[in-house]
Amino acid sequence: MIIETLSADVKSVVDRWKDRRGNLITILHDIQDRYGYVPREAALEVSRQMDAPLARIYEVLTFYNYFKLQPPGKFNISVCLGTACYLKGAPALIDEIRGILHVEEGQTTKDGFFHLQIVRCLGCCGLAPVITVGDKVYSAVKRSDVMDIIAEYSKDSVKNG
Amino acid sequence: MSTVTMVKALINGKPVEVAYGTTILEAAKLVQVKIPTLCKHPDLTASAGCGICIVKVKGNRKLLRACCTPLEDKMEVTTHDSEIVQTRLTVLELILSNHPTDCLICGRNNDCELQKLAAEFGIREDRFERIVPEIPADKSTGTLILEPKKCIKCGRCIDACQNVQDVWALSFMDRGFNTRMAPAGDIKLADSPCVRCGQCSAHCPTGAIFEHDDTRKVWDALQDPEKVVVVQVAPAVRVAVGEGFGYPVGTNLTRKLYAAFRRLGFKAVFDTNFGADLTILEEAGEFVERFAHGKGALPLITSCCPAWVDYLEKYYGDMIQHFSSAKSPHEMVGVLAKTYYAGKQNIDPSKIVVVSVMPCTAKKYEIGRTKDMFASGYQDVDISLTTRELIRMLKHAGIDFNSLPDEEADSILGDYAGAGTIFGATGGVMEAALRTAYFNVTGEDLADVNFYAVRGLEGVKETTVNIKGTEVKIAVAHGLANVKHVMNKVREAIEKKQPVPYHFIEVMACPGGCVGGGGQPYMVTDEIRQQRAKGLYDEDSAMTVRCSHHNPYVQQLYKDFLEKPLSHKAHELLHTTYVSRPLYNK
Repeated sequence: MIIETLSADVKSVVDRWKDRRGNLITILHDIQDRYGYVPREAALEVSRQMDAPLARIYEVLTFYNYFKLQPPGKFNISVCLGTACYLKGAPALIDEIRGILHVEEGQTTKDGFFHLQIVRCLGCCGLAPVITVGDKVYSAVKRSDVMDIIAEYSKDSVKNG
Repeated sequence: MSTVTMVKALINGKPVEVAYGTTILEAAKLVQVKIPTLCKHPDLTASAGCGICIVKVKGNRKLLRACCTPLEDKMEVTTHDSEIVQTRLTVLELILSNHPTDCLICGRNNDCELQKLAAEFGIREDRFERIVPEIPADKSTGTLILEPKKCIKCGRCIDACQNVQDVWALSFMDRGFNTRMAPAGDIKLADSPCVRCGQCSAHCPTGAIFEHDDTRKVWDALQDPEKVVVVQVAPAVRVAVGEGFGYPVGTNLTRKLYAAFRRLGFKAVFDTNFGADLTILEEAGEFVERFAHGKGALPLITSCCPAWVDYLEKYYGDMIQHFSSAKSPHEMVGVLAKTYYAGKQNIDPSKIVVVSVMPCTAKKYEIGRTKDMFASGYQDVDISLTTRELIRMLKHAGIDFNSLPDEEADSILGDYAGAGTIFGATGGVMEAALRTAYFNVTGEDLADVNFYAVRGLEGVKETTVNIKGTEVKIAVAHGLANVKHVMNKVREAIEKKQPVPYHFIEVMACPGGCVGGGGQPYMVTDEIRQQRAKGLYDEDSAMTVRCSHHNPYVQQLYKDFLEKPLSHKAHELLHTTYVSRPLYNK
């Protein structure tokens, strides 16, 4: 991925926080907000501009689940593996999604549409098992529902180009 | 309120008095108690990572880690009881449950801190299910191999890489069970800032970071009737190899080594110390050109250390013009073996195999660093072994090293002055160079050739040397984290167009210099570094010829072959160039 404004983007973020102690996490947050993930080029640029070793930056990036190192898909599918969802059959839903989209946890489909994420408890155990796509919540999902849910977004993607 | 300087306490009921700030671990030694440790290394900051060294303190319900808990006044410490020992055992069993069981085919077999602890604790069964992360080995550098599955996450390599060496090639990625030591973003080590100094491998308690083993190549060459296999040995190896055979630390075994090499089957035995003398003539020549005749940038910076060369190319690319172009001693011996020696002995240089035995892992990289390392028309040094690999070869070959007679090296690439041998310790290259530079400038020899101010383990040594009324400002740094102090001062002066703070700088990447090299026997401490260095300085002071320019064989070489220092031929064979390199290739 080539981001032409990368150096300037990083500079504006670094300048904004440069006088704050412990600013690395905040800076990386801002970068992820901008690009949806932290591209390696951006991490290298942060390293140069802050005179901070890249190794230190990656220690932070890989320590916190929040940070993403890969571009997110257009649609983020989160499957809950909290206790209730787990017991109500969420593992089968993950199998089904893997089979349909050919992605593993944390990966994005080659066409960039879908990103599969596994999360622990979305806070609505009564609806288990739960899947969210983007902001939309699907409750009491059965294995046979998965194809239809994905199809909904595939069509959407095609429609909107 | 008075300042407490000493504390009195009880360890296992025995009274002990130590300076305030002493850890329980250290204090226990005074009452003959060994608390087991695993993640603790005397060189490094205690990280309290592994939990093996736990002890009980009366009045405290928690088990405390002895490595980083200071003994306090009136403390009552118990280091061993059934609960403590059982807890340690469980910790160890949990570590083992994530560790492979291939000890028999591991490079650290019989020399592994984890294996040793498991033996001491008498572990005979796997109480927990074994789950070993399947992370492939990284052999990309050709010098050091990372085998993350053998890693116990003690963090020593990372402390050594980040804080002792300031290289930042390695760090912990991810967390919890997924924690692994790796370069930033799981790229290959060869694409990272790694300078191959090997301090990570020297500090690893297990086989997770290990030198690339080239002994097979040497055995194959020795078996090949077509090949003429010759060997050279670096200064620091002779005072460390004995540790593999029960000698007191620092014993200088030069002449036994020569005998051992012949028993292994090498056709000629050379000494890198000869190359060191030659390096001094070229480098001191270079210094005088720059200092007395204004030809070239000051300060001049030494370049014998390949990890330092790599570091400078990556971190100080703007200062390459300050770098001595003289090759390192073993490269000089290598190129001369395939030119001068080949010519004299009438041997086809394509049949010569040059093996270097070095205290160093980075030398494995240096031998193919640029096309300059092929100045003879062939690769000048074919194989570079570490001290540890040599020890393994000697044991493998069934050589009773301790009973070997003393032998001499082959002339002339095996004869050296005292100056050559001190190359193996921090400050040694500077001292050797000053002895000759003084002569070159004044035409006279020093009355006293000892420069005590540049010896010893202080991280940065700065001093001024008076050469007949002219002040020469010098700095010596070892351990790459100490280099910044010196280099940034120079950079700042150049940027501000001020007079430079030094005229001559020596850098060795490893703490203590080559005696503490990344390829030397394990568990080095400052005390061991000092004893190894002493072995070299004692040899120097016992020698009659102590200055490189008085080495009659070096003089003969110039007369027969190289003409004079910095001649056209010397430049062709004995000098190299440097390029600025990126920290990350990916």
